[in-house]
Amino acid sequence: MSTTIEAPSRPKRKKRFTLLTKRDLWVLAFMLGLPALIHVFFVWVPALLSILLSFARWDGIGGVEAIQWIGTQNYEQIATIYPPFWPAVAHNLIWLGFFICIATPFGMFLAVQLDKELKGSKFYQNALYVPVVLSLALVGFIWQLIYSPDEGLINNLFNAEVDWLGNPSINLWMILIAASWRHVGYIMILYLAGLKSVDPALKEAASIDGANSRQTFFYVVFPVLKPINIVILVITIIESLRAFDIVYVTNKGTNGLELLSVAVTNNIIGEASRIGFGSSLAVILLIVSLGIIIPYLWRTFRADEVAA
Amino acid sequence: MTTATETKKTATPQVMDKWRRRGLQAFLALTALIWLVPLLWAIYTSLRPYSETAERGYVSIGGAYNFDNYTQAWTDTEMLGYFVNTMWITIPSVILILFLASMAAFALSRFSFRFNLLLLMIFTAGNLLPQQVIITPLYRMFLLLPLPDILSPSGVFYDSYFGIITIHVAFQMGFATFVLSNYMKALPGDLNEAAFVDGASVWRQYWNIILPLTRPPLAALAVLMFTWIYNDFFWALVLMVTGADRPITSALQNLNGAFFTNNNLVAAGSLLAAIPTLIVFAVLQRQFVAGLTLGSTKG
Repeated sequence: MSTTIEAPSRPKRKKRFTLLTKRDLWVLAFMLGLPALIHVFFVWVPALLSILLSFARWDGIGGVEAIQWIGTQNYEQIATIYPPFWPAVAHNLIWLGFFICIATPFGMFLAVQLDKELKGSKFYQNALYVPVVLSLALVGFIWQLIYSPDEGLINNLFNAEVDWLGNPSINLWMILIAASWRHVGYIMILYLAGLKSVDPALKEAASIDGANSRQTFFYVVFPVLKPINIVILVITIIESLRAFDIVYVTNKGTNGLELLSVAVTNNIIGEASRIGFGSSLAVILLIVSLGIIIPYLWRTFRADEVAA
Repeated sequence: MTTATETKKTATPQVMDKWRRRGLQAFLALTALIWLVPLLWAIYTSLRPYSETAERGYVSIGGAYNFDNYTQAWTDTEMLGYFVNTMWITIPSVILILFLASMAAFALSRFSFRFNLLLLMIFTAGNLLPQQVIITPLYRMFLLLPLPDILSPSGVFYDSYFGIITIHVAFQMGFATFVLSNYMKALPGDLNEAAFVDGASVWRQYWNIILPLTRPPLAALAVLMFTWIYNDFFWALVLMVTGADRPITSALQNLNGAFFTNNNLVAAGSLLAAIPTLIVFAVLQRQFVAGLTLGSTKG
């Protein structure tokens, strides 16, 4: 480690290591090494092991020696004979589509309106933001009080007899509304912070040039906020891939609420512990996630480099 | 409000005529009201005894209102125990995250290594992964990795607070490091140099100079991490098997079983579990929002 530290090659304004004592170098190595070790060992090692184990058959009994290597058989089975897989993919895509096309834009829209600071904005803002502090599991419970067939708000209010969460052709949409209850507020907060950081002179200049508020937003504010727009897009996608808690408390992710995250989990905590199979499902999630995370980080940190 | 917002206000409303403004206001008020309905409904339901709602229907006014559902939900589910479990997990996790992440951020932002950027990317990317991506091997690792009996009654990481704290720390550290290193980067470089000339060691520069200046993002992150870890459902669901040891959010699962047909109790139980985070909302809102937005606005 010390060999790399002692040779600072970048022409940055940061500290030269040659000035540091040996003890300082050890301290630095510890300060960086310990957190990095914990993070890599418990996050990236399992992520890489997922890839490895996805080519194996292992029920966890009989220790590591009992692992059988079976090539791509897990993936073939997933695509052909594993019933929850294609519904899960479809539901994850619907989730993503709903968030990207409806929940996220609505949150952004509300942020833009709240940024106008009309009377009562603070109150509206608070109302939208309460659900953000709640867990998605709790959101699931709170919305059960609205959806439940006999005791729920909707059916009692409209004298209906719809099983909102039990009917597989509508329950995903009902869950999406409940999940959006939280997501919209989340996006609203993030975007509002971004909007507040825009130089008011920009908007003023646009309005002097005769732009109306819509034009000002689309041609001036939105392009300026490109970094935040990207963060919001990434958060929306990641949240859609992560969705788990709310469907799990509703019906354990069955009967119309299958998701990839649930499929992975069911292969470890279900009765049949199928480690290789669960790993292959996880790898599919991993590839999709990294497909979004890597370009995002590349962009973000490259911009940093150029600026530095 | 302050004068700064006054001047900002004049920029837009000039373009907006009176009626559009009222229309917008009405729209926002309606949206806010709709947003409050689920919580208000939960509160209302929780205050009514089951017998009243059974007789009059859920959408009705009148009859008795009391806190009986709360006391029953509290005792029936032994909620106090779950709250205590949660604190055993949440408080050490938050402290460790802030400590480790601030050290890493200090080293990454105040000194230049060849692998600075790569490490920062690894930290950040790790935090963005869906938890399910790593759970299968992690679950196996937790079953295999031994721990002394003092730290884990099961003898391994699995089913122990130590294990749950470890995964929270490992997973959330990425975000905290990212946020803190951005903040520390913006602190003037002369700070180190002056201290350095005075012969202060690296550790003293971190502990006595940089860390005190980092208080605002540390406070914001503490609140945010508390909320996130409190709200965690997944890790404890999979990595803890002893139901009675689970934290409150994962134990909510039992709520449904216990009060299957009694929505009034579900409402009261849910609201009780929400209290700590609602306190965050009411009292520590500034820090929470700052924590959330620090990550996205990079400042």
